Amino acid sequence: VTDFTLPDIDYAAIAPLLVLFGVACAGVLVEAFLPRRLRHPVQLWLALLGVLAALVAVVVRAGAEDIVTAGGSVTVDGPALFMQGALLVFGLVALLLIGERRVGVGAFVAQAAIPVGSMADRRQANAPGATEVFPLTMFSLGGMALFITASDLLVMFIALEVLSLPLYLMCALARRQRLISQEAAVKYFLLGAYASGFFLFGVVLAYGFAGSVDFAAIHTAVDESTMNPALLYVGLALIVMGLLFKAAAAPFHVWTPDVYQGSPTPITAFMAACTKVAAFGGLLRVTYVAFEQLADDWLPVLGVIAVLTMLVGAVMAVTQTDIKRLLAYSWIANAGYVLVGVLAVGRAGASTTMFYLVAYGFAVLGAFAVISLVRDQDGEAPHLSRWAGLGRSSPVVAGVFTLVMLALAGIPLTGGFTAKFAVFGAALEAGETWLVIAGVISSVIIAFPYLRVVVMMWLSEPTDATARMVSPGVLTGAALGVGAFATIALGVVPGPVLDLAHDAALFLR
Amino acid sequence: VVQLNDFPYLSVLTVAPLVGAVVVALLPRRAPELAKRVALIWSLGVLVLAGVTWAAFNADGDRLQLRESYSWIPRWGINVTFATDGIALVMLALIALLVPLVILASWHDAEKPGIKRSVPAFFALILALECTMIGVFAAADVFLFYVFFEVMLVPMYFLIGSYGGARRQYAAVKFFLYSLVGGLFMLAALVGLWVAGGQTLDWQALTQADLSTGTERWLFLGFFLAFAIKAPFFPFHTWLPDAGGAAPAGIAALLVGLLDKVATFGILRYSLPLFPDASRWFAPAALTLAVIGIIYAALLAVGQNDLKRLVAYTSIAHFGFIGVGIFAFTTQAGTGAVLYMVNHGLATGLLFVVVGMFVARRGSALISDFGGAGKLVPLLAGVLLFAGLASLSMPGMAPFISEFLVLAGTFTENRPVAVIATLGIILAAAYVLWMIQRTTHGPLNPTLQSVDGMRRDLTIRERVVVAPMIALIVLFGFYPKPLTDVINPAVEATLADLEPVTTEAQP
Repeated sequence: VTDFTLPDIDYAAIAPLLVLFGVACAGVLVEAFLPRRLRHPVQLWLALLGVLAALVAVVVRAGAEDIVTAGGSVTVDGPALFMQGALLVFGLVALLLIGERRVGVGAFVAQAAIPVGSMADRRQANAPGATEVFPLTMFSLGGMALFITASDLLVMFIALEVLSLPLYLMCALARRQRLISQEAAVKYFLLGAYASGFFLFGVVLAYGFAGSVDFAAIHTAVDESTMNPALLYVGLALIVMGLLFKAAAAPFHVWTPDVYQGSPTPITAFMAACTKVAAFGGLLRVTYVAFEQLADDWLPVLGVIAVLTMLVGAVMAVTQTDIKRLLAYSWIANAGYVLVGVLAVGRAGASTTMFYLVAYGFAVLGAFAVISLVRDQDGEAPHLSRWAGLGRSSPVVAGVFTLVMLALAGIPLTGGFTAKFAVFGAALEAGETWLVIAGVISSVIIAFPYLRVVVMMWLSEPTDATARMVSPGVLTGAALGVGAFATIALGVVPGPVLDLAHDAALFLR
Repeated sequence: VVQLNDFPYLSVLTVAPLVGAVVVALLPRRAPELAKRVALIWSLGVLVLAGVTWAAFNADGDRLQLRESYSWIPRWGINVTFATDGIALVMLALIALLVPLVILASWHDAEKPGIKRSVPAFFALILALECTMIGVFAAADVFLFYVFFEVMLVPMYFLIGSYGGARRQYAAVKFFLYSLVGGLFMLAALVGLWVAGGQTLDWQALTQADLSTGTERWLFLGFFLAFAIKAPFFPFHTWLPDAGGAAPAGIAALLVGLLDKVATFGILRYSLPLFPDASRWFAPAALTLAVIGIIYAALLAVGQNDLKRLVAYTSIAHFGFIGVGIFAFTTQAGTGAVLYMVNHGLATGLLFVVVGMFVARRGSALISDFGGAGKLVPLLAGVLLFAGLASLSMPGMAPFISEFLVLAGTFTENRPVAVIATLGIILAAAYVLWMIQRTTHGPLNPTLQSVDGMRRDLTIRERVVVAPMIALIVLFGFYPKPLTDVINPAVEATLADLEPVTTEAQP
């Protein structure tokens, strides 16, 4: 039996992870020991400051030498830092939405375990929401940050579970429409468990082929291993399947609309912005670092998936009448566009993919901030017919939503347009013309649902069923402002972020 | 100290209306009159600026003048570059001229009874639209052109959708979706051009780019599709009658008179010089579409009972003429086409504005609701007759010269096209005169007398609107030299871009 020796750990490099997990654990202690009335402010500030501290650690680290640390299981390189930064900024904005209690009574139920419809449930209708959501968010965020930097498949799998399990729980915490919320959580959990199973099985097969779960070792083994290549191909396919499930690419997307609709809106926002970054961050690293030489094999397959994803998302979005489901299908279509960026391969592929994720994240955070404000006495009113004439009563907030819709539709001077130009340009440069054509066709289709929302808000007359736009509290207002400002800034002066993405787009193997 | 000869004319001209739009939008909703006045004065200020710009342009100088360039997205080699040639210059002047007139003509359009819409927002949107229109003509970077081309949709969409008549939602959505479809195909071509042209979208640099035949044709097609939808050319035209019919008359004048000219301008500035081989290859197809458009739209116009839709159909026919003039590839026809763009803006702009005055009085745009209106409002009927005659290209009025140049320039190169297009003139006489006969002549429609508005002839405000347009139509009908002087060199340069390869092909 060999002695167990602690691997070298560069604590500075993994500081963001340590901060996130540390704050998450502290959050659990706060839940246990602090009186109920103090928990919300303490948790909120703890989480915000924790994410901020992690962000500072990332920024400080930027520009330092790329390293592999913690016994070869964590790689801190350009893409990792860039995406961690994006993740933390989005996390910060999402936390603002999660912490909001002035809109309604807050989005979260007091005790999720109480059966729906019982006397106790009715009593807790207006009780302050559960504060467990903060440590859950921090664990999930930590898992995502680890997922992006993981440089072996096992650590990646652990990160996948750490980010997923809290999410399953968080989906079930909605204050209103709790049955739908719980249904969403169960669906997400069951399908997510399958996806994790696929991923893990893929890891096993890849290990069987390469004799290691380390990305660099797999990369060498692809050229040198004498094992049956079927192991490698099936393993790669299963791993990618697990990742595409999280990214909501067709045909692994079916859970998305239900989960989007049922989850509390701040959690949907968190998933939309952050999970997407994590999923594509992982996909980029797996395909670019570990299985790079097989590009000729996975490119066409992922290409077909990208086309399918764009078209399914766009076509299904046309028929939606619920704004959250509409955005879910929009999320799917956008996953297709991001995949187009991934398939451009190389530095251009990585940088445009990362830029797209940033542009999309800000837009969608703004969108969900608005959705959380459109309410009636039963909570949010996401049905489109209830948005009729909202622009008349609250032009500013409706204007922000319009901006987001225009950004998603790819109108210039918004981040959405710059991002589309970036991924399409990179794909054309890489010779993937067919992907660009499919992307344009799906953009044409999906423009219609976006436009319908704008029509509803501005051109339709308000009816009796029109919901009320409550005025945003400080937190939601801040989230709204950040989303709108970033969407415009990324459209008007995208240069700095494009440069940043380009400089950061080299993976360390 | 800013030297006058490197004063940033074009960027100031582009930004000025936008500043005005912000100012007007911030005025309180309860002060509609103030908003109107500020908007009018601001647009007159822009007109003065445009005049200064015109004076700074040297007709005998370089092709692209008043060039300014600022770095925008260095990673992609994309700059904010403004510059103008003679073609863009006359369009800039036309925009600056028509916008104040339309503001004045639309004085009461935002205050429809029963609809509570913000008046300041209406005029702010018009100024915002002016900014995007000036930008699209002043841009000399394909990326910048595309940005304005797309952003232009947004204010127009809200102008039609919020302030239009019946079916305004349907019309606005149709307008937006059609344009967006074209725009997205152009985006694909734009990305392709960026990649094929070596990661630049500067117009001047791209004219030197060496594109393969296949690439060039695909890119031409992407751009042409967008322009054909925008113009619109047959068979992409169905959105225009809806949009023109639903929009307030003044906005319809801007839409047809100015905004749609972006398409024909785009073909002249971008399609022909950047894809010369493909342009010649596609020319027969483009000419065929243009000729079909002339005849088909004219026939539909004859059958219209809605004044605004009728004018919209006549415009589709006129865009057919412009298309013929562009793709005939002769200096005469090309100059005619550009002149046509200006004259059509004036004549059809006037026609829309006058029709709008009728519609505002009667509360209906149906021809069958009028009849003998000349007996009640003789002056207004006279202006309608003038506008109608101008738009059917009566000799002595500006449109005659441009139509003659187009047909004469086409005849030498492509006789069948010229002959069929000439038939369009006959149809034009039919639809205009029949419309005027049914509206203002004949026995007085008894219901008209009970309509209060129909007893009020041209007001002073309305006279101020129509007088400059009438004067210019007559002036350019007899003396088009100020226009042709700046247009001719630009058209010759455009055709020269097409030429050299032809001579190489036939040694």
